[in-house]
Amino acid sequence: MNKIKTIEQALDYIKDGMTIAVGGFLAVGTPDKLIDAVIAKGVKDITLICNDSGFPDRGVGKWVVNKNVKRVIVSHIGTNPETGRQMNEKELEVELVPQGTLAERVRAAGAGLGGILTPTGIGTVVEEGKQKLNVDGKEYLLELPLKADVALIKGSIVDKKGNIYYSKATRNFNPIMATSADVVIVEAEKLVEVGEIDPTDVMTPSIFVDVIVQ
Amino acid sequence: MIQDKDRKREVIVKRIANELKDGELVNLGIGMPTLVANYIPEGIDILLHSENGFVGLGPSPKLGEEDKDIVNAGSQPATHVEGAAFFDSAMSFTIIRGGHLDVTVLGALQVDQEGNLANWMIPGKMVPGMGGAMDLVVGAKKVIVAMEHTAKGETKILKKCSLPLTAAGQVDMIVTEMGVMKVTPKGLVLTELAPETTVEEVIAATEAELIIPEDLIPMNV
Repeated sequence: MNKIKTIEQALDYIKDGMTIAVGGFLAVGTPDKLIDAVIAKGVKDITLICNDSGFPDRGVGKWVVNKNVKRVIVSHIGTNPETGRQMNEKELEVELVPQGTLAERVRAAGAGLGGILTPTGIGTVVEEGKQKLNVDGKEYLLELPLKADVALIKGSIVDKKGNIYYSKATRNFNPIMATSADVVIVEAEKLVEVGEIDPTDVMTPSIFVDVIVQ
Repeated sequence: MIQDKDRKREVIVKRIANELKDGELVNLGIGMPTLVANYIPEGIDILLHSENGFVGLGPSPKLGEEDKDIVNAGSQPATHVEGAAFFDSAMSFTIIRGGHLDVTVLGALQVDQEGNLANWMIPGKMVPGMGGAMDLVVGAKKVIVAMEHTAKGETKILKKCSLPLTAAGQVDMIVTEMGVMKVTPKGLVLTELAPETTVEEVIAATEAELIIPEDLIPMNV
């Protein structure tokens, strides 16, 4: 099965109105070429799941500036003033999720879990409208899984089967996003032959990856 | 009381550095808390946690020696120390929430005598998002707030926070340029007094009810 496609072919999977999970943390470890290609295609009404909304000129922040998104589910928007402006003008819906909760909600979707219980957010606005459960005398919030139609991730080294190795701090949300979407597209910084990554060093197994672009 | 801005910061971060114990895993928030790393006493070996996915955060790289794959949680170029380990965001917050992080140091807009903390938004004005702060404050074994005692003449240490909370009842210790306060079941106790500062000055700059113990000592800086 040949997963290697051109960016143009990969974009066939991305349609208006989809929920798209994107790896990266403040634009480090984000698939920049795929992000730019989505802008060039003019995709609209995306619901974005990402750690943050990037910067106006870097990472997924460009989608906010170019109005590709209608809703963002992120932990932080402080580095992209355009997100805050659009939120205040009611042009963009913003759901702020504590970072650890975001990671676990995405992981839950990928792991087949019906949700997770976390103490984070108890006694804050985050608990509003959520179910609280008491386990052994301690209160937890029930946080629900976050599933995506497509995940766009960035791999430092990717083999032609789709096994991924992430360098240093580029790993962040990438392996988690790779488990939670119907279609997973990885942008390879370096594409290598099968066998060149030691199986022990594989951080995302190829079975999660549908499309590889370079 | 201390007036000079730089001296205030120095007193605050030095005192917090003296609080850290050998072998501890510590997360330093963006801004003033990051300066704590510059004052770690000799012989104290701590490991810094960076919530974007590693333990063993090192100092800023020299100009021209940046590695694009290593940044801190504020997206600034960073380095790692020998013996560091990188991981994904789920592991990063497993460490934070699971009780594996000894200390978190972070700034505040407001703190109150019940240990409530507000540091992530001002409704209608500033909504940067909570990032990892809510998890850090709930999960770390010890939560230290590093901040100036007042902002524009207004006290930041209140009977009850008025801004949206980051977490309820999680703060252990507040370090300002006026002293050290600890949140206890009895209330907020002034345990140490800063240099050049009187108890009366601290009380006047604090809205919270401050318990002044008999064994109040000079600030360890």
